[in-house]
Amino acid sequence: MTSSMTEPVLSIANLRVAFGARTEAVRGLSLTVGRGKTHCMVGESGCGKSISALSLMNLLPRGATRSADHIRFQGQDLLGLSDREMARLRGDKIAMIFQEPMTSLNPAYTTGSQMAEVFERHRRTTRRQAMDRADELLARVGITAPGMRLGQYPHQLSGGLRQRVMIAMALMCDPELLIADEPTTALDVTVQAQLLRLLQTLQQELGLALLLITHDLGIVARMAHRVSVMYAGQVVESGTVSEVFAAPTHPYTRGLMACIPVPGTTRTGEPLGSIPGVVPRIPPGFVGCGFRDRCDFATPDCAQTVPLRGAGSDHSYLCRLPPDGTRVAAA
Amino acid sequence: MHLFLIRRLLLAALVCLTVLVISFTLTRLSGDLAASIAGPNATAADIAIITRNYGLDRPLAVQFLDWARHAAEGDFGRSFLYHVPVWGLISDRLPITLTLGLTGLAIALTISLPLGILAAAREGSAIDRGIMLVALLGQAMPGFWFGLVMIIVLGLDLQWLPISGVDTWQGYIMPGIVLAFSAIPALMRLTRSGMIDALAADYIRTARAKGLSRSKIILKHALRNAAMPVVSIAAVQLGFMLGGSVVIESVFAVPGVGYLAWDSISKNDFPVVQAIVLFLAVIYIALTLLADMMNALLDPRLRG
Amino acid sequence: MTSMSVPQTMRAERRLPALRHLATLLGALIVGAALLIAIFAPYLVPHDPFAQDLNLRLIPPFWMDGSQPMHLLGTDQLGRDYLSRLIYGTRVSMLIGVLTVIASGLIGITLGILGGFYGGRTDDLVMFLITCRLSIPLILVALTVVALVGSSLTVVILTLGLLLWDRFAVVARATTMQLRSLDYIAAAQAAGASRAHVLLREVLPNIAHHLVVVATLEMALAILLEAALSFLGLGVPPPLPSWGLMIAEAKEYMFFSPWVIMIPGVALFVLVLGINLLGDGLRDMLGAELQR
Repeated sequence: MTSSMTEPVLSIANLRVAFGARTEAVRGLSLTVGRGKTHCMVGESGCGKSISALSLMNLLPRGATRSADHIRFQGQDLLGLSDREMARLRGDKIAMIFQEPMTSLNPAYTTGSQMAEVFERHRRTTRRQAMDRADELLARVGITAPGMRLGQYPHQLSGGLRQRVMIAMALMCDPELLIADEPTTALDVTVQAQLLRLLQTLQQELGLALLLITHDLGIVARMAHRVSVMYAGQVVESGTVSEVFAAPTHPYTRGLMACIPVPGTTRTGEPLGSIPGVVPRIPPGFVGCGFRDRCDFATPDCAQTVPLRGAGSDHSYLCRLPPDGTRVAAA
Repeated sequence: MHLFLIRRLLLAALVCLTVLVISFTLTRLSGDLAASIAGPNATAADIAIITRNYGLDRPLAVQFLDWARHAAEGDFGRSFLYHVPVWGLISDRLPITLTLGLTGLAIALTISLPLGILAAAREGSAIDRGIMLVALLGQAMPGFWFGLVMIIVLGLDLQWLPISGVDTWQGYIMPGIVLAFSAIPALMRLTRSGMIDALAADYIRTARAKGLSRSKIILKHALRNAAMPVVSIAAVQLGFMLGGSVVIESVFAVPGVGYLAWDSISKNDFPVVQAIVLFLAVIYIALTLLADMMNALLDPRLRG
Repeated sequence: MTSMSVPQTMRAERRLPALRHLATLLGALIVGAALLIAIFAPYLVPHDPFAQDLNLRLIPPFWMDGSQPMHLLGTDQLGRDYLSRLIYGTRVSMLIGVLTVIASGLIGITLGILGGFYGGRTDDLVMFLITCRLSIPLILVALTVVALVGSSLTVVILTLGLLLWDRFAVVARATTMQLRSLDYIAAAQAAGASRAHVLLREVLPNIAHHLVVVATLEMALAILLEAALSFLGLGVPPPLPSWGLMIAEAKEYMFFSPWVIMIPGVALFVLVLGINLLGDGLRDMLGAELQR
């Protein structure tokens, strides 16, 4: 195997995103996504998932600044790229789809024209060729009568169809990496299932590296090879899906898992778990565990720097507690 | 779409009718119209003759219906002063006023669109604040005074432009600028706020994620969506400019419809005034209709 | 409706609050000063603003050669003291501005609230009236009315009041509609409050901050329109010192002594600017949603 086969498509080390001097939304995130693999980032809203994704694309809102040891994409460090060079990668080698299919397409242009636009931009083709490609991809994402859909405007399509269009648009230039930010959250459950199946198929057939952001552990279990559980801008637990799900170790991961009803094991009438409180806003220079205010196991020690511990062959977590030692909830 | 259009046309007709009633009532506001027409030196006999000749002794409703029936046929009566058909007086001067209004609109759009877009793209910067300051100052400027100042500076001191009349095309420049100034603040603010809203939309994030260039994002994706309110306001402003030509045309002695209106008002030539009020109202209604149709072209959602 | 309120993004304004506050303060100072000058005009004037002295015609203001210390801003073509006329002109402008806004506000707010609250046919009628009003050429109709009824301060105020209510109606209607969908209005109705009570006690106070901003806009517009009408000779009758009339009367002399139109023009500009600055500041402070 050559190194380019083993080297991950995307590798991030120690990514930080700050909003001015008051808030640090991402605090030292590191992760890798391998070719043909799905990496899920999971966590509550406000934990920094979307901001991490946007910072990869260099699409952060004004006022936000990013820093990292490296953000390596196919061996190239994205940190060193100019805006122009980065724009050349976006939509071409790295594509992204968003949570809001209702508003993510421009209401003033046809789907065809919006899809063709990416191809024309990156492949310098004629409109005719770009339209053919769009037609092909609409068929690929399971849209019937693609020719008709190309001439339609976003408001004439349902939410599920629009998200399919978004996916097809993201695939126009055969990207290496697809970032999907809660792609199914805004949709009906049945549509959700169809779209997830579609994403999975496409990923396998095209050998995509998929960075999937979700708050739904069910989706993680179904889609992911690896998972990073995020809390307050940090990855608090990460590893292969099988290991993390078999032995969730960080109290936050355990809390998340307790929120899911499991048929057969959860008795009717028994309350589902929930994590009280909300994700705090963390200022730069914050030390210790970000979860300590909501954690049942918190002690004064948690205000100190927390070690990264291993919990298996490919499984680590960020907590002072030992992997499976006896845990006593603080009073 | 067709239903929408029919509704709009019906409404427009109803508005026209109301304005017709208003403009008729308007001229009957004075206690004795015949006395006003005859002027201060007229004798009672003169007034009696005028009352009879103009049919002012008939019931008001009869007078109105008579006038409205003729107006509907395009006959707005004869001028008391010039003794020629009113419509001829207006149509002779219309090209000048329309040219002036369109010049004003063209100047206003060339200035306010780029500046509004620039302000939005650099929201919060010194450029943005500078542009908004210009809008604020423009809004406080009394148009007729601005015109006089320009006459003194550009016409008299520098002698760049003619100070009155429109014998040459240069004559349109100063009145055009003054008219444009009345519309620039509104157009610029609306362009800016529309662009700011559009640039914050999700589809702009998508466009950026597609790797499109900044100019393409601003000029293609954002502007198209910000354009709709601007088109509406531009139409309305053109209507206001034509109405405002009363002031500007008298400042610059431009022989247009506005000047005719002012002249007719001060000389009690009411058939002309009535007709111009109605005429400007119809133009305004037509312009708003036009704007609605242009918006339907711009926004596929309105086409249904 | 084209002049309907559109949400404003106010991020930029928040970034530099100091500058915004300074502008608002400046506006408040200008308007406050104008108000005081208008009220105490008789005690402030150095001369009788109506007293003519044909021996002292067109004396230039203090910064020019040939000025006289007695007449700080010089004299007009009839030898009347320009500063005194300017001070009394403030009175005319402020009177027009305030009274017009009261008259047009009463009409517009009543129509707007009724349309926004009751909806349906009532609202159709209100929208129709607004459309009619907007299609009537403002200045032309005002000129005609003044020409026919006779020019006086009262006529100008009533005419402008009857014409400038459209924006009040548009904003009152839109904000009332937003309010109507909120729960507490329904709750008040369910609790058996009379309609008049709901409209006056629940609706009006909660849209008042939007209307205050409209009032500043309309006041500025009324002052500019009065000046334009007077300039055309169909506004405030002479010898009353309206700024617009001062400009009109001085027009013939402006080629030789430009200051005769500069002084009242700058006064008009500064007052309107002050009102607009105050309005902008109020909008930011009160959080009114309004497209200007």
